[in-house]
This record gives sequence, structure tokens and C-alpha cells, in this order.
Amino acid sequence: MKLKQISVFLENRKGRLSGALDTLATAKINIRALSIADTSEFGILRLIVPDPDKARKALEKAGFTVKENYVIAVEIDDRPGGLATALKVLSDADLNVEYLYAFIAKGGDKAVVILRTEDVDAGIKVFRKAGINVLNGETLYKM
Amino acid sequence: MPSNELRELQLERLRETVRLAGENVPHYKKLFADMKIKPSSIKSLDDIKKLPFTTKMDLRDGFPFGMFAVPQSEIVEIHTSSGTTGTPIVVGYTRSDIDLWGEVMARSLTMAGVSKDAIIQNGYGYGLFTGGLGVHYGAQKIGATLVPISAGNTKRQIDIMCDLGTTHITCTPSYALYLADSAAEAGLIKKIKLKAGCFGAEMWTEKIRDEIESRFSITALNIYGLTEIIGPGVANECEHKNGLHIFEDHFYPEVISPETLEPLPDGETGELVLTTLTRQGTPMIRFRTRDITSLHREPCKCGRTIVRMARITGRSDDMIKIRGVLIFPSQIERAILEVKGVEPHYQIIITRPQYLDEMEVQVEISKKMFSDEIRHIEDLRKTIERNIEKAINLRVKVSLVEPKSLPRSEGKAKRVIDKREL
Repeated sequence: MKLKQISVFLENRKGRLSGALDTLATAKINIRALSIADTSEFGILRLIVPDPDKARKALEKAGFTVKENYVIAVEIDDRPGGLATALKVLSDADLNVEYLYAFIAKGGDKAVVILRTEDVDAGIKVFRKAGINVLNGETLYKM
Repeated sequence: MPSNELRELQLERLRETVRLAGENVPHYKKLFADMKIKPSSIKSLDDIKKLPFTTKMDLRDGFPFGMFAVPQSEIVEIHTSSGTTGTPIVVGYTRSDIDLWGEVMARSLTMAGVSKDAIIQNGYGYGLFTGGLGVHYGAQKIGATLVPISAGNTKRQIDIMCDLGTTHITCTPSYALYLADSAAEAGLIKKIKLKAGCFGAEMWTEKIRDEIESRFSITALNIYGLTEIIGPGVANECEHKNGLHIFEDHFYPEVISPETLEPLPDGETGELVLTTLTRQGTPMIRFRTRDITSLHREPCKCGRTIVRMARITGRSDDMIKIRGVLIFPSQIERAILEVKGVEPHYQIIITRPQYLDEMEVQVEISKKMFSDEIRHIEDLRKTIERNIEKAINLRVKVSLVEPKSLPRSEGKAKRVIDKREL
């Protein structure tokens, strides 16, 4: 149920982000979700893609530093307070969120967020117990 | 040899070298005449301070035979050191110099356990470069079985190691690592029966030693030498790996401050200066090696009483002065490498935005250092900063850059970019 995410180190230099995205485009990899965390000198591009291994190999071949790790994708109600409800479940279980970003929405009454808790397995367990839908890769990539 | 006897021998040989050089080498003849130096000026080893330094430039100026102390007909072999700029330098060996070279190289190889029974694979290049033939003469003096394979041709190196059961290897440390990797990839590493090797001709670290030793399951010893003095065989480590024993009955070492050029006491770090004591072809007086080391005379567990030099940690020509403080890139390199996961790809950039020098160290991020979280990377960056600051007592800014974004050059990387306009 854990979802594979790839992260790319980007120097804050002109053309680095587009360089990474071009690499993925050339490898015909469609990005399902992404976020960028940055400081004044560097950034981390986080990506959810249908074929993470292929994406990692393509990026590494192009000289990028890439890491794979796991995140959680949860389905929440697409209404005010939907995300707050999901996060309360985590805080009640004393689990910290390290970061979170939104999945590209495609209509319907549900929204998807990608998040990482310190302990990913524990996060999944807590969500499930609370009846929150944790999505697997297959479902997600088709959305 | 008791140390007072060694001192006497060195003094006698130093006087003889001064005589030989002063009478026969045009460069020294002129210098000694100007400075009124005669063999009798050398009353004690301390008087070596009176003698002038010799630099690589002096050797270039003497190209090709200007540094010879004997007629060219007495020279039986020539080696050159290309150097990165301009004219090469030429050194000449008489028959007795070749004997001497074999002798000091035999001592070096003996430290690595080479005996008559050993099969030694010599992976140093044969030719004008001194590495190949130096090891060759030493191995022949011992009577070991020598495989003169020279450098390169990795597959053949590995096949021969497996087929002949090579026991000892000599090559550069970086090539040794490459061989180990290639042998492992070919699934042949277990077939290799190596016991030990002498590695040198480039700067390396304890970390690389550990790598070579664990990958090959061998003892990896550090060998030192330079063409201007004789080639490999100036110094070599014994099995205790506690610095390199300098064969000081033939090569007299001093460590000087590269700033003041004054000799430094034992244990202090500075530039190594060598004087040949028995070379006939091209005797060398106080040659400035530019290599940074320190000398140590405490007894070694192996029982040898000759002086030891620390592993070379830098070059005095790389030295930089920031806010009045002398810094070697190698100090920074060591500080960087202490941080787990960091690789030795870095560049030092010095600027003077206003009146004060600023130093930025750019370090390439490696896969091991990278995390998907900013704070982990920031922590690492700050750890590198603190480590460097501890090592050099100066505030620095560390930036992390993408892998392979810093320029790589064949062999010697350009580590320091000085943008100060002075």
C-alpha cells in the first residue's frame, strides 16, 4: 500500500528543473503528482510517476541525484475541512507529518493528498483504522 | 645503524655531494662560487642550511643535460618528468645510480614481504616514467619473480594475477581500486592470491588504503619517490604503517616552512626538501619537492632507526592564504571526508567582496547524502561546515551542488578558484 516516490536534488540554477522534466518527457514518463521544496541554494523535486524505477534510471543516467522512498496517498472528502479531518487522525495517533502535497484533482467528490509520516507503515495503519481510504499505485496512476 | 654513525656517514656523503656538484654541475658551480660554498663549508649536518635550494625551474633551465655531474658517456639511463607545463626535466643515472636505485627499491619491496619466492606484478608504466623500471630493478636485486606487465590492460592484469598466482603488486592506488572492482565484477576476486602491494605515484588517503586492503585482502603500503631524486624508493612504509621510512643514508630529508623557507623541527608540518647523498649522475642539493609532510624520529616497532615521514597531505603550490591564515586544500578535503557519505568532489572558491576574504566550499552531493527532506540535507551541509571550520579555524560557507557539476580533469583536479583581486 506504500506508494513509491522519487526525489531529485536540484541546484538553484537556471534550467535545472526543466532539465529534469525534459529527461522525464524524453523517457515518456507522465508525472502524476509533484512538489518542490526549496532553500535559497537547492531544491528537492518530489514526484509520483507510474514507473518510478524507469524514471529513476532515466534521471540518474542524465546525471541527477535521485532517491526512492515511500509515501502515503489518501483519499479525502473534497470539501472544507476534508484535509483537516484526515490530519487529525494522525495527530491523535501522535504521528508527525513530514510533508504533504496535493495530487492533481480530476473532478468527483474526492481529493487525493500525498503525505509522508515519519513511520509510513504506522501512518497507513492509522488511516485505515479511521476508515480513510489509502490508495495503491495502480488506482492512482489511472486517475 | 646507530644514529651517531648514521649522522657521520650522512655528513661525509653530503660533503662529497657538495664537491661533486660544485665541481661538475654548471648550475651549482656558479651558485656555490657566488655564495663561496666549498665542501669544507659543511662542518656539520646543520650547515646544510647554508646551501641553496633547487627547484623544478632550475632543472628546466638546465634542459637537457645541464644538471649532469658526469660526462654524458657515463650516463647509462635517462628518465624525464613531463611536468604539467613547458619543458620536461631530465635526470641521468650512472651505473652506480642504477645500483643504488635497485638497492633502495629492494629495501622498499622487502618491507612489503617480497622475497626470492615472491611473484611480483609490476603495474607501473615502463618507459621514461620512473615507476616501472624502479620496481623492476628492486625486484631483480631481490631475485623475486618479476612480471613486467606495465600499466593498463586491466583484463590481462587480472588474468595474469589469477593464472600465475601473483603474490605482490605495484601500481597506483587508484588503479589498484580499479583492478579490484574489475576483478570482483568478473567474479575472479577469490582467485587472486595477492598478499601485499606498494602503492604510490599519487596522493592517497587512509580511506583508500582501507578500501584496497579489504577488497583484495592484502596489506597496502605507501611508497614515495620522485624523478628528480631517483624515482620510487626514496621512502616506504613498513608493516606497521606508521609513516614512510626514508632511506636517509642516501636521501637527506628536511622539512621547511614554505613561507619562510626556514627548516622546521621534527613533527611539524611543512614542505619536504631532499638532498641526494650518493647520486652520481644528477646530484640534487636541497630539492624542494613541494610535498607537504612532517618528519618523525620516535622508534618504530619494526626496529628500523631511520627517520619516517608522514603520508603526503598536499602540495605547497596548492597552498592558499585566507585572512592571513595558511590553508591546504587537503585539510579541507579531510574535513569533508570525515562526514559520512561525502565524496571527495569539491571546489574551494575564494572571494573578497569588500575587505575580508570569504571562502566558499562547493561539495557535490552524493546519493548517500541525499534525502527527500530539506532539513536532513541542511543538517549535513552544516556538519560539513562545522568540520571544515574546526580544521582550519576559519568561517566558511558550504554549498551543495549537483553531482559531476564541478570540473574534472585528468589526474589533478583544480581545487581552488581564487577570485580575489589583490
